[in-house]
Amino acid sequence: MSDHAADAAGLGRPRAAAFMAPALLLITAFLVVPALWTLVLGATNYRLTGLAAANPQFVGTGNITEALSDPGFGWSLWLTLLFVLGSAIFGQSLAGLSLAWSLRSAPKVVKAVVETLVLMAWILPSSVVAFLWVAYLSRHGGTLNAILQTPGTDWLIQHPMASIIVFNIWRGTAFSMLLFSAALSAVPPSQMESARLAGAGTLAQLRDVVFPHIRGHVLTNTLLISLWTFNDFTPYLLTAGGPNHATEILPVFIYNRALYGGELGYGSAISFLMLIINLVIALFYVRLLRERR
Amino acid sequence: MTGVPLSSSPIPRRSILIGTVGMAAAALASCDKASSSTSSTSANATSRTVTLSIAANAISGGKSSKEADWFAKYVIPEFIKAQQAKGVTATVSFQPSGVDDEQYKSKLALDLKSKSGADIVSLDGIWVGEFAQAGYIKPLKDVVGSSVTSWEGWSQIPEAVQANAAFDGNTFGIPAGTDGRVLYFNKKLFAQAGLPANWQPTSWTDLISAGEKLATLSGVTPLQIDAGTAMGEATTMQGFLPLLVGAGQQIYANGKWQGNTQAVRDVLTFYQAILAKKLEDSTLQLAAKGRDESFGAFAQGKIGVLAEGDYFWRSVINPNGGDAPMATRDSDVGWAFIPAMAPGKGVGGADYASMSGGGGYFLNPSTPYPQQAWELLTFMSSKAAILARLDGAAQVTARKDVNSEVLSKDPLLSFVSQKVLPLTHYRPGLAVYPQVSLALQQATADVVSGKSPADAATAYQAALVKALGGADQVTTS
Repeated sequence: MSDHAADAAGLGRPRAAAFMAPALLLITAFLVVPALWTLVLGATNYRLTGLAAANPQFVGTGNITEALSDPGFGWSLWLTLLFVLGSAIFGQSLAGLSLAWSLRSAPKVVKAVVETLVLMAWILPSSVVAFLWVAYLSRHGGTLNAILQTPGTDWLIQHPMASIIVFNIWRGTAFSMLLFSAALSAVPPSQMESARLAGAGTLAQLRDVVFPHIRGHVLTNTLLISLWTFNDFTPYLLTAGGPNHATEILPVFIYNRALYGGELGYGSAISFLMLIINLVIALFYVRLLRERR
Repeated sequence: MTGVPLSSSPIPRRSILIGTVGMAAAALASCDKASSSTSSTSANATSRTVTLSIAANAISGGKSSKEADWFAKYVIPEFIKAQQAKGVTATVSFQPSGVDDEQYKSKLALDLKSKSGADIVSLDGIWVGEFAQAGYIKPLKDVVGSSVTSWEGWSQIPEAVQANAAFDGNTFGIPAGTDGRVLYFNKKLFAQAGLPANWQPTSWTDLISAGEKLATLSGVTPLQIDAGTAMGEATTMQGFLPLLVGAGQQIYANGKWQGNTQAVRDVLTFYQAILAKKLEDSTLQLAAKGRDESFGAFAQGKIGVLAEGDYFWRSVINPNGGDAPMATRDSDVGWAFIPAMAPGKGVGGADYASMSGGGGYFLNPSTPYPQQAWELLTFMSSKAAILARLDGAAQVTARKDVNSEVLSKDPLLSFVSQKVLPLTHYRPGLAVYPQVSLALQQATADVVSGKSPADAATAYQAALVKALGGADQVTTS
């Protein structure tokens, strides 16, 4: 290997290290140290109040073993899985793809209006959006009940998981739509044309012509939205994890246990488990992405 | 790129490194900082400029609006005026909140933990133990000095009320008052259902049969006895504990907590019965804002009977400044004792049951102005200030001299102070209580979501044993 290829910028090792140092130190200060600190806290019985707040005791892996045998944690993990699968991997991906697909040949005005509306859902602050949805789903004169003629239905109580899944699809589809729009424009029109001339239907076109071109985009999109959804706290603003833990996805579970219940040590241990799950998901996708290429 | 001089880079790099290590050290130290607070009682005692702040779960136009207005319109301007007369320039601010008590508690705990937050904070009496053990609040004599005992107000505050601001024999703040719990009922709905305007149930069966009559009216929820975790402490205080006292047991007595006992199962069975008969709206019990919704529904005449403290009468359905004002409160709302399970079945053979609590104002031990903060606290707790807070209304305040003037003006508060307080019970002032309360809330939530009372009681006992760290303080029978 030539010197030039190994050191493209021609900086030399010490200078390159000097360039990297600030970034690495920031990552250490704001990512590695807090992660390790979570691990330390997670090994104690630290509480928000009471004796264990003043003098936390070391409990080793006690919190982790407790979490693994805690039905609340298992239940929460299951809900999180449903939430990620339903709202991100299926919901947002499919909604984003179908929007991008059907807007390809739509008139410019229609396209602009639809894209703006979808984007609005994405860029509005969470608290504003939560307020709108609480009003939309409200049992008393809520808009959805007015549209469906179902007065008195409390969607957040009677269909809590379905509500937050639909909410999150609405909330996050914009990203998938934008990404797929860009990806679809990279599909050569000549190939589409040939497929159409050969009599391929929409599904066949998508499967045999479009998908091979956008495979990488699909994976990137799925990785990002599943990580975001996995860590999303916004459903708390709608249901606070209720009714009776029915929407207590992991971030909400941690908040309820750590701050509402005051069990900071236990909350930290679960945060650490969540961090590991995040890493596993990311590694899984990265592997997949490399193989496909 | 190669021409850029890079020789200066090691210096910022080192300073960042030092910063990183410093941060990590600070984070490590934060774990046991509660033990290291050493601000002197005489700090800034002679300062000519003073900055103080007060935090309470009250907000103008929202929750406990009157309290918030009292700070803004009376306490702050009058205190500043009094200080000016002494040649001191005081700046006093109020930090409002308008959220569920549990959220407010978390916020305060985090504030106090990080040695920040307001100089005077309002706390519920049941939080005193856990805050004191964590070192978030300290005895008044440690924050201010031994002069606290000479305040004129102490002689006016009954001992049972002083307990709301005390823990382990130390006083941490000045209590604000106490309260009592009753059943409120809508007389109009009662008339339609053929029930008397002077209704007084004497057993849970009476309560259920009144509910069954109310159930015949359309669009009316017959009963609202708080349940579920979303209601927080309201479930325990308004629902579970008065019922438990009516079933003959206190949650904590003679050093033992009630575990999976007959009385606990009786209460859970009662919850199940009113749900099975559809006398209660389980949606309200589980919704994130269920308690506020139930208040609104009562004010609109859609709930027949609702169990609450006198707070409900004073601050919620009060036509004059309540959260959910009810214009016809005085003519349409009646009240009754919460009945025991059956006559004579309550604790000590009582026919009726109630629970009382109450909070107070506490000094932040990290205040830079301990003397002035104490001065403000006693100013707020003076007879004149409390009369200003009531502004013609009535409430069971901490002070006997105020109570003797105001309570007779209001029929409900006369009832509470004369009839309910003599038979009331208090929650144990132990640090572990809030965890027990959470377990009780979960037990009622389990029943509302369809678990059997026996299963809910078993799960409750397991949670209780976990919170206490062992089963030796748990009664099971």
